[in-house]
Amino acid sequence: MKPAKFEYRAPRELEEALSILAEVGDEGKVLAGGQSLVPSMNFRLARPAVLVDINGIGGIDSVTSSSDHLVIGTLARHVRFERPVTDGPLGHLLALAARKVGHRPIRIRGTFGGSLAHADPAAEWCMIATLLDATMVASSVRGQREITASNFFKTVFSTALEPDELLTEARLPLLNPAAKIGFVEFSRRAGDFAIVAASSVLDVEGGRISTARIALGSVGGTPLRSPAAEAVLQGNVPSGELFAEAGEAAAGDVEPMGDIHGSPEYRRDLVRVLTRRSLQASTEH
Amino acid sequence: MRLLGRSIPRVEDPPLITGRGRFVADITMAGELHMRIVRSPVAHARITHIDVEAALELPGVVAIWTGRDTAEIPPIDFRQEGLTDLYPYRQPILAEREVRYVGEPLAAVFARDPYAAEDAADLVFVDFDELDVVVDPRADPAPFDEDSDTEAALVNVSYGDVEAAFAAAHRRVTVEVSVGRHTGVPMETRGALAVREHHGRIVMYGAAKVPHYNRQAIALMLGLGIDDVVLREGHVGGGFGVRGELYPEDVLVCLAALRLNAPVKWIEDRKEHLVATNHSRDQVHVIEAAVDADGFITAVRDEFWLDQGAYVRSHAATVPNLTAAMLPGPYVIPAYECRGHIRLTNKTPAGTYRAPGRYEGTFARERLLDAVAAELGEDPIVTRRRNLIAHEDMPFARPIRALGTEMEYDSGDYPSILEKTLAYVDDKGLCAELDERRASEEWVGLGFAFFVEKSGLGPYEGARIDVDDDGGIRVVTGAASMGQGVETAIAQVCGDVLDVSVDGIRVVHGQTDEIDYGLGAFASRVTVMTGTATQMAARALLVKAREAAAHLLEADPADIGMVAGNLEVVGAPERRVSLAEVARSLDPSGAKRTGMVPTLSAEAWFTTEHMTYPYGVHAALVRVDEWTGGVEILRYVVAYDIGKAVNPMLVRGQIVGGAAQGLGGALLEEFVYSDDGQPLATSFMDYLLPTVTEMPPVDVLLLEDAPTPLNPMGVKGAGEGGTTAFGAAVAAAIDDALDAPGAVTRLPVSPERLRKVICNIQRSPREKGER
Ligand SMILES: Cc1cc2nc3c(=O)[nH]c(=O)nc-3n(C[C@H](O)[C@H](O)[C@H](O)COP(=O)(O)OP(=O)(O)OC[C@H]3O[C@@H](n4cnc5c(N)ncnc54)[C@H](O)[C@@H]3O)c2cc1C
Repeated sequence: MKPAKFEYRAPRELEEALSILAEVGDEGKVLAGGQSLVPSMNFRLARPAVLVDINGIGGIDSVTSSSDHLVIGTLARHVRFERPVTDGPLGHLLALAARKVGHRPIRIRGTFGGSLAHADPAAEWCMIATLLDATMVASSVRGQREITASNFFKTVFSTALEPDELLTEARLPLLNPAAKIGFVEFSRRAGDFAIVAASSVLDVEGGRISTARIALGSVGGTPLRSPAAEAVLQGNVPSGELFAEAGEAAAGDVEPMGDIHGSPEYRRDLVRVLTRRSLQASTEH
Repeated sequence: MRLLGRSIPRVEDPPLITGRGRFVADITMAGELHMRIVRSPVAHARITHIDVEAALELPGVVAIWTGRDTAEIPPIDFRQEGLTDLYPYRQPILAEREVRYVGEPLAAVFARDPYAAEDAADLVFVDFDELDVVVDPRADPAPFDEDSDTEAALVNVSYGDVEAAFAAAHRRVTVEVSVGRHTGVPMETRGALAVREHHGRIVMYGAAKVPHYNRQAIALMLGLGIDDVVLREGHVGGGFGVRGELYPEDVLVCLAALRLNAPVKWIEDRKEHLVATNHSRDQVHVIEAAVDADGFITAVRDEFWLDQGAYVRSHAATVPNLTAAMLPGPYVIPAYECRGHIRLTNKTPAGTYRAPGRYEGTFARERLLDAVAAELGEDPIVTRRRNLIAHEDMPFARPIRALGTEMEYDSGDYPSILEKTLAYVDDKGLCAELDERRASEEWVGLGFAFFVEKSGLGPYEGARIDVDDDGGIRVVTGAASMGQGVETAIAQVCGDVLDVSVDGIRVVHGQTDEIDYGLGAFASRVTVMTGTATQMAARALLVKAREAAAHLLEADPADIGMVAGNLEVVGAPERRVSLAEVARSLDPSGAKRTGMVPTLSAEAWFTTEHMTYPYGVHAALVRVDEWTGGVEILRYVVAYDIGKAVNPMLVRGQIVGGAAQGLGGALLEEFVYSDDGQPLATSFMDYLLPTVTEMPPVDVLLLEDAPTPLNPMGVKGAGEGGTTAFGAAVAAAIDDALDAPGAVTRLPVSPERLRKVICNIQRSPREKGER
């Protein structure tokens, strides 16, 4: 469990980092919090020839709100979100999710952008980005581009980022102040990656659901929205029965993979209950 | 100052909590080489070719050995002698022709730094012809080699007329239950550093558990004299049965230190640990009870299969023997028959782990008792009360041998500990919590399990106590310490006799050149065996000290007492000498004047032919999430009678730590294998150890109602009882929460499995809306 040989670079400026990435291409890997990359290097699953440590670069860890977005710098650490970073339901949603990301020491080092770039389908931040259809900003010597969540996550551990690109920020749309948010997950131990996670945002107008978003984690190669469950909810009066129906619909929407912690059938079963619980919890706040 | 029975803080803690611990990885020697093992990536194959050329070319690489280079070294032997039937199944230190499990050592790389060693290991290329893989221990036996098959042995234990009891039975109850593959995962991985000293002997650091035995075994394997090998135990970060056994890597570092003439170091990494260090448990039981018209169990018949993995390691058949011998536990069971199949498969070899054989056997037996209760339609406690061995029947002999000893439960009051536990559980609020949560429609349950442990295995252990000219006391033992508090307990026993505080007492353990004999630390034996030897030696020392003091004080030895580290004339405390003065008076010339033997020292050996049998009850309060199958243990109680607690705080620590490991096996930890023998839990992402969040508060009811008559202190061992019945109690509690007796048949209880059970049970409409 000792990493293979690598060269270590620690740029102090963003531009420098981008030019190193351009120079080393495929051979390079960005080191952010190191909480996923370092273990995989120790297992020799990752063998980057050049490690580009971005922790010394200033100004890419800020969390700010614009009129319609929360803008999260890539190096913002998980722990920062444990208390709401913004008023209203979005800050609350992020806090619910943050507390489920690993354990405290991991949250102190691990970064928001690192989690997105790592693209674990069970990762809380990836699910939240999918739920809210966040926009990711990728920078390179070639310029900057924006990528929406649905285009960003490709499959397990793989994103739309090119080897020379650095994810610099993520923009999450602010939520309607009255939005109802839910976030639940099931794992065998506190701090483990979820076997299944579910999250939801509902806007309710005049007693009926005007918009519904549901996202699921750990049920496929990327986090997924459930269009079927969203359609069940749309335009209806929130109730236990409706939420159960949405759970059924969500279960029908996924083709989960299995591993030693849960077979595909079991995960589907969990989607059913966790979707319902997320919705139920959202209306109880 | 009485020290026995006091919860004094651990004397071993200051260096550990101030970062001055000295574990084997902390030892560095000039010119040391680092060993890296190349392990088999396949479960079963013939080795056709090993290419080490590329690896040898890497800078820093000094040597690479394959099985051919170590062919003359015999395989690793069993600690118990004479088990010739099992000889074909012993593990070589490096596989030569065939690999039998993923993780099996097939080459060893030696390099100047550990990175180079690991880089080189990556460049060793092996060609295999893959062979059939056995992963199911219950499959029909397959060939192991030309002469033997995968049923290595059949363990047979029986007494009484089982046939007749079953023929006459009013009811028969059968269950099939199993305990998954899991093991001890010490915080510190294994490691060894061997160095050849100038006068030729090999010194190996990193020993643990059984240093004296391993010294002899290594000497024998390498063709050296016993005195040519010295084993040294430093700080050890947990043992739990797995650490300190003799493994291929220990022998390889010693051999390399000899052949390469340099210090050679090997530190196991965690990924290796999970496939290289002994696994444990992994038994399937089909167990049956004959019950008479009064609900009394007249006979038990058990057949079990132990998935031994690819080889039989140093424990030989200890685990299945213990399962078979200890399975009847606290109940009368007039007739009993047990057949245990030791089956070889293509998995990591298995050995002992805290409460070996008993965690599994207790689970099987207590599940059976619960099933009998369900069959009789009564409270499981009632069934247990009816079948427990009565207090009047103690000591209670079973016509069984366990670990070479006649099995006789030395002392105990089983019915009383059961009643005390019930009262304690109620007193601690578990029953109230159960009722409250039930009232708010939570799925909660309370379960109990009884267990009998064994401890204090002989046949001998010794201690030598020396007092230096400053009055410093040194107790030299053949015991070993894995961190469990040996130094404190032994110092307490010694200080108690000599009336000195533990601060002035240094306890030596795990050093083979300090004392000739020592059996080590396993089977909850150290406090019983070494503790008793220490008490005897301290008493002998006191006799000598009083005699020498009598000369100094011109008094009669009978009139001299030891008070607070001084020897004084009873009734005339102004006439006193310190222990240091007494020691100095015994220097060679002083001793010559008084006609005594020089040095203030004494030695004693305690021997015994019997084990002591502590016993207890576990109780669990659990909550089940019926929609996910998740289980949360809300509260936990362990009641344990160990005769006499030398240090109750240490005992509680043992029990709570043991309970955490019991929890792991009950709910989380499992080495899962694919059908082609690939291990699927190879890191802590997938091998789930309980963490502080999963641990419930544990209440310990520590009892001393039944001191053993087998040693003067009355102590029984305390190391394993926190683990033994955990799986059984949790299973009973889950059944209770589901209101479905017999729901749990397998450990660990995975949420998926439980969810399936829940979907299949028809239950009274406790169904309701969801929070
Ligand atoms: C025991 C344990 C438990 C965990 N549990 C959870 C959990 O429950 N939920 C969860 O979501 N995560 C969990 N994690 C992972 C943790 O959240 C990581 O912090 C996260 O996945 C990666 O973030 P990082 O900053 O540590 O990235 P790193 O490990 O440094 O990098 C991860 C990957 O992303 C790339 N990368 C990082 N930053 C950028 C960037 N700005 N631009 C381009 N590429 C980049 C790296 O090159 C690398 O490939 C756990 C980790 C551990 C060790």
